[in-house]
Formats: sequence, structure tokens, C-alpha cells
Amino acid sequence: MKPPDFDYVAPTSVDDAIKALGSDAEAKVLAGGQSLIPLLAFRLAGPSLLVDLARVDGLDHITDEGDRLVIGAMTRQRRAERDPVVAERCPLLVESLRHVGHPQIRSRGTIGGSVAHADPAAELPAVVLALGGRVHVTGHSGDRTIEAEDLFQGFLSTSIEDGEILTAVEVPASGPRTGWSVVEIARRPGDYALCGALCQLQLDDAGAVVDAHLALIGVGDRPMRAHAVEAAVLGGASPVEAATLAPDGLSPGSDVHASSDYRLHLATVTSRRALTQALESAA
Amino acid sequence: MSDHAVTIRVNGVERSESVPARLTLADFLRERLDLTATHLACEHGVCGACTVLVDGETARACLLLTVQADGSEVTTLEGLTEGDELGPIEQAFWAKHGMQCGFCTPGFVLTIAEMLDDNPNPTREEIIEGLGGNLCRCTGYVKIVEAVEEAVSLRGGGG
Repeated sequence: MKPPDFDYVAPTSVDDAIKALGSDAEAKVLAGGQSLIPLLAFRLAGPSLLVDLARVDGLDHITDEGDRLVIGAMTRQRRAERDPVVAERCPLLVESLRHVGHPQIRSRGTIGGSVAHADPAAELPAVVLALGGRVHVTGHSGDRTIEAEDLFQGFLSTSIEDGEILTAVEVPASGPRTGWSVVEIARRPGDYALCGALCQLQLDDAGAVVDAHLALIGVGDRPMRAHAVEAAVLGGASPVEAATLAPDGLSPGSDVHASSDYRLHLATVTSRRALTQALESAA
Repeated sequence: MSDHAVTIRVNGVERSESVPARLTLADFLRERLDLTATHLACEHGVCGACTVLVDGETARACLLLTVQADGSEVTTLEGLTEGDELGPIEQAFWAKHGMQCGFCTPGFVLTIAEMLDDNPNPTREEIIEGLGGNLCRCTGYVKIVEAVEEAVSLRGGGG
């Protein structure tokens, strides 16, 4: 269908954007629109006002802050995917971006938009969660940061308050001897995954794992960090052993695409493959 | 609700119109400018039939509001070649029977144009990956992949 009727503003500053958001209780932020416009077309969302962030100054940047990489919310996914700084500082993000939709989606989709949309099967929220990143938000009462573990609250829900705008996404930069992998099981490339695992491991000089990050997508109402698997890997468990812990604490739903049991099985399979590949690429 | 003045350069011609916020770029191209090569099927970003170039990059015209495209440069299938001559990608589709009903073809042609500009000599795997965002319900894709390979050689690549 066509989107329903709504009003539209395209402010040029964060302050004006917050004012516009505050002016209408049914206002919604428009980033790249690659998730929101389909929701409008399906009439699943019916905002009375869209506040487009595309012309806001200062939201499109990739900033190397040494031990952290800060990416402006309106940075297009395709730009980040091709950016040499992102490739060097956060290769897991580049690998994840290749799994986001299709090139025609990534040309318009934004880093911040995808994280704020918080789809449980989407890659970018899971990257931020896996790496222990955080987001920067601004609202009427000022700026604050939200740690990734506190950000995702449920299906398409975050702890970003009404009237607040996500302005940047921050992830720790990867260190030496770091390996990474993204493994997804999907019916077709570019589809949302039935289940996926995003993994980053760091080795010390002796080859022991000293830092482990693993997040799973498609297995709950939000991206899930696999703490039990991470602990096992840090304790010296092999990928095969550690991955058996992946279903711990998960209770994915069944739907037309996959049963709950199948998704739990895939949690183990994708975790094992992601851990194995990450280990190989770190070595 | 509200009308908004937009100026968009479409196939090299500047177009200024007043549009409602809800009007997608695909409907703007088809209904306001009569550029009907941009096809609309799913209208929620899955099928790729409405693929156009926005500032030189492929995008779904059904997932972009016209107001978002204000100030942009848009290229549709009509703008890809001059006059009645077929471009190399269109020639390749013709030569290799890359279309049956033809509904999806404009989107494929624009996707392939960007793909080959980025990577003039794609492998078969890269071609299949690159076509992943466009659906065809007739051909089974085999003939479209062959058309891309034909287009590579018509464009002087493939060596």
C-alpha cells in the first residue's frame, strides 16, 4: 500500500529536531527510512509527523577516537561498509554490514536508524551488543549515553525515550590478533536471518583467547549476548564444546519460517561456525 | 497533510514540484513525471522492481519519500541510455533472453549498471550475490546471470 498521510519536517540542527519531536506526541524520527517506510506502507505505523534527520548537521561522521570508533547516526550503511577506518578499527562491523539487506538498501539505510529500530534479527544492534558498545542520545534534558546491554528492551523497543534522538553509535576498536565472523542461516541472501551469530575473539601471544564476544540474532525479542559461550571460550573450551551452551537461556518463538527447536539448533550451529571462523582469522 | 516544494534532477533535467510528504519517489516518477519504466510491485522494498539511481547509487524508489530526495540527482531506466539505442546491458538481456514478462527488467538493468561500474569483471558468484536484491518470477535467473556475463563482454570487460 501507499504510506498514510503525515506531515514532514527536515530540520538542520539537533536542537531543532528535538523541538520538532517535542511538538507532536505522534511524531517519529526518520533516518534512512529503510525499515520505517515499509512499516508505513503496511500501515503498522501511523505517525502524524516525520522528523527527517538527513539534513541535520553533524550526524554523518566516522571518528577514530583511538580505543573507540564513533559513528554518526546518519552515516549511511554503504559508506561505513566501504570506509577504510571502519575496516581497520571494527572489521566485525564491516562484515556485519555485508549481511544487512541488499546494496540498494544499504545505500539509504543508516547505522543509527538500524540500531534504534532494534529488530531482533538485525545485524547492527547485535554488533553494538556483542562488542559492549553504547549509543549517544540527545533530548530536552541534555545528552546521555546508553550502554548496549541496557539499550535493547524488547521487540523493536529501546530505552531511548520519546523526544530523544540517537546521535551516534560507539564501539570499542579492535586490538591486535583479533578475529571475527558473522554466520547466518537465511532462506535467501539478504533476508532477515532465521538465526545468526556475530563473533569477535582476541588472542594473546600464546594463542589463548583473552577477549570473547558473541551475540545471536533471530532467537528472541532482541539481540542476545551469549555470555555462557563467551565464558567457556575464555576458559579454554573448543568452539564445538562452547557452542553447545548457545541455547542457554533462549526461548525463541515458532513462526512460519522456523520452529523454536530449529532456531535453538541453529543457535548452536551458527555459534560453532562463527567461533571456529573467528579463531581461524585471529590466528 | 502538507505540501512541500522539491527540486530533483531527474535524468539530467531539473524538476521542481510541490508534493505531499507521503508521496514516494516511485510514485513521483511515475505519476508526476510519467517516467513509467520504474515499476512498482511490492511497494515495501522487497522486489527491487523500482530500483533507480539516487546520487549515483541504487536505491528502492518505493522506500524513499520524494521529500527525502529533494536536491538529489535521480537516474531512471529512461536516463540510462540516449535515444532509442539499446545500452550494452539492454542488448545483453535481448541477446540472452534475460526477460520474459519484462516487469522486473528495469530494476535489474539499474542494479547491473551499478554492479558493473563498481566491478567490471564480476565472477559468477559475485553476479548472483549482486542480483540478490531483485526478484524475477519468470526466468529462474539463469538467463539474467548469462545476460550480465554478456554485458560484461559487450562493455569491453571479461578479459
